[in-house]
Amino acid sequence: MKKILMQGNVALCEGAIAAGLDAYFGYPITPQNEVAVHMSRRMRELNRVFIQAESEIAAINMVFGVSITGKRAMTSSSSPGISLKQEGISYLCGCELPGVIANIQRGGPGLGNISGSQGDYFQAVKGGGHGDYRMITLAPASVQEVYDFAYLSFDLTEKYHNPVLILMDGYTGQMMEPVQRTDRPPIPAKKYKKDWVLDGCKGREPRKIRSLLMNEGELEELNWKLKKKYDKITDTEIRVETINTNSVKKLDVILIAFGVASRVCKGAMNIAREKGKKVGLIRPLTLWPFPYKTIEKLAKKTKKILVVEMNLGQMVEDVKIAVGDKCKVEFLGRPGGSIVNQDEIFSKIK
Amino acid sequence: MTKILKRPDSLKPARHLYCAGCGHGIIHRLVAEVIDELNVREITIGIAPVGCAVFAYDYFNFDVTEAAHGRPPAVATGIKRVLPDRIVFTYQGDGDLAAIGTAEIVHAATRGENITVIFVNNTTYGMTGGQMAPTTVIGQKTATTPFGRRPEYEGYPIKICELLSSTEGVCYLERVSVNNPKNVIRAKKSIKKSFQNQIDKRGFSLVEVLSMCPVNWGKTPIESCKWVEEVVTKTFPLGVFKDKTV
Ligand SMILES: Cc1ncc(C[n+]2csc(CCOP(=O)(O)OP(=O)(O)O)c2C)c(N)n1
Ligand code: SF4
Repeated sequence: MKKILMQGNVALCEGAIAAGLDAYFGYPITPQNEVAVHMSRRMRELNRVFIQAESEIAAINMVFGVSITGKRAMTSSSSPGISLKQEGISYLCGCELPGVIANIQRGGPGLGNISGSQGDYFQAVKGGGHGDYRMITLAPASVQEVYDFAYLSFDLTEKYHNPVLILMDGYTGQMMEPVQRTDRPPIPAKKYKKDWVLDGCKGREPRKIRSLLMNEGELEELNWKLKKKYDKITDTEIRVETINTNSVKKLDVILIAFGVASRVCKGAMNIAREKGKKVGLIRPLTLWPFPYKTIEKLAKKTKKILVVEMNLGQMVEDVKIAVGDKCKVEFLGRPGGSIVNQDEIFSKIK
Repeated sequence: MTKILKRPDSLKPARHLYCAGCGHGIIHRLVAEVIDELNVREITIGIAPVGCAVFAYDYFNFDVTEAAHGRPPAVATGIKRVLPDRIVFTYQGDGDLAAIGTAEIVHAATRGENITVIFVNNTTYGMTGGQMAPTTVIGQKTATTPFGRRPEYEGYPIKICELLSSTEGVCYLERVSVNNPKNVIRAKKSIKKSFQNQIDKRGFSLVEVLSMCPVNWGKTPIESCKWVEEVVTKTFPLGVFKDKTV
């Protein structure tokens, strides 16, 4: 198949549609308005469900409704709207339901601004909602990856019956790049066992879906069961890209960044390498589960690690946990919807 | 000997946790009888609220899901849009539907979602200990209106049937009560119609049921039934507020 030029927000839609999305629910907010605009037309063409919901809260609860039937649902928003979805996300986790959420991050806090940002890392991976839960978090850095992760997210969300978050930003959402569409068919409806689905009790006992567990010890039991699942996800689903980290015995600097910040890091890395510096890059593709082990291992072979984020320093906390005292960890960040540039990064490498 | 009165198939043989004199038990039974009579138990999906009826999934003998507080109409929308041939209904209290969930109910109605809503108005927040509800009547003492609801401080009760009656997407709205046998019979007719409308794909139907909460009203069950008649129906008159089927 020929590559086609696509905007990130559109690639999110098309990847999800390719995976077999049944229903999309959204509410306008910049910089992700193209998602609902595209879906309103495409889902109709495909005879699938599109609703412009009355709020982000309604949208995530519509996702909940679709998910209990075993069909596939997605919602997307940008930072303030994702804050509103947190209760719904917690319910999805508590009820062990699938569902895909995309956050095309913008600058915060508050109403902030509409340019790309990475200010919602904590919210995504540390549990923005209430209770002990985890959400698989994918961080694409290119439009191609947005497309691929959108497809992948539906496999993961059904495999673990746990919501998956695609953590994009205004840049990955807005930019246009060539995309190779998949020739894989949609994920088969019965790939994963769905013996929990509510679709009417014909021929079976009635079922219930709930997260309210009031009897002594019941809720603790659920939490331990979730923990087991989260441990399994941690064992199997960590995805991380490493560049130039194996070529030499000892590195001067390893850059660690996710999403669009990692692309700027690549530029800075290339300049530095031309100037003879030994520089590598670690890019987590899954922010939860986080590649602690990869970072720990590579920390032993570098003089320092430089974490670059478009925020005040969020992922750097996880990097520090991984590194311990194995090497120095420095941070370079630009908050409030500003983008780091490669000269800034290069000057910190020197 | 033939049994002429039995437990509806749509109710599990479970013990309710509802207080003595509570209206929820009666309303559950009416919903269950209607679902049996319409022969839709096996294709029904119910949505339980956050409120005293949260355990509805332990009482109803068909598929039931929980929903976050106030969000059942959004959850119902999701279900019905992907499974349009199933019967989908929400069962919601007045705090759930008329306070935190006002946006969801208004917009599900506006979209004309082909669902049924059973709205239980007991003028208080039962589950959390009898606080003021959006439907608390003027003068009514609650845990958070110790001096009685005063319009100048707490405003006026919200009238959902009246409010939604101006909405074009709505097919059917009726306010009924379960405070005496005559009203219970009327309530059942109304609930049945609201489900029949859905089967006939006529769109959004809501039945508001005035119900008793003796514990939080500080009244006996019998006093509570009287109070519905003498006080609550003065603010919330019974009747049909909209019916597109006639
Ligand atoms: C987001 C959220 N806010 C508040 C609550 C606490 N809460 C539980 S039940 C309830 C009120 C229920 O009252 P109502 O809907 O009138 O139903 P009733 O119990 O009277 O049947 C509240 C506020 C909650 N569970 N979730
Ligand atoms: S508190 Fe009120 S609404 Fe709740 S079960 Fe008791 S009587 Fe019924």
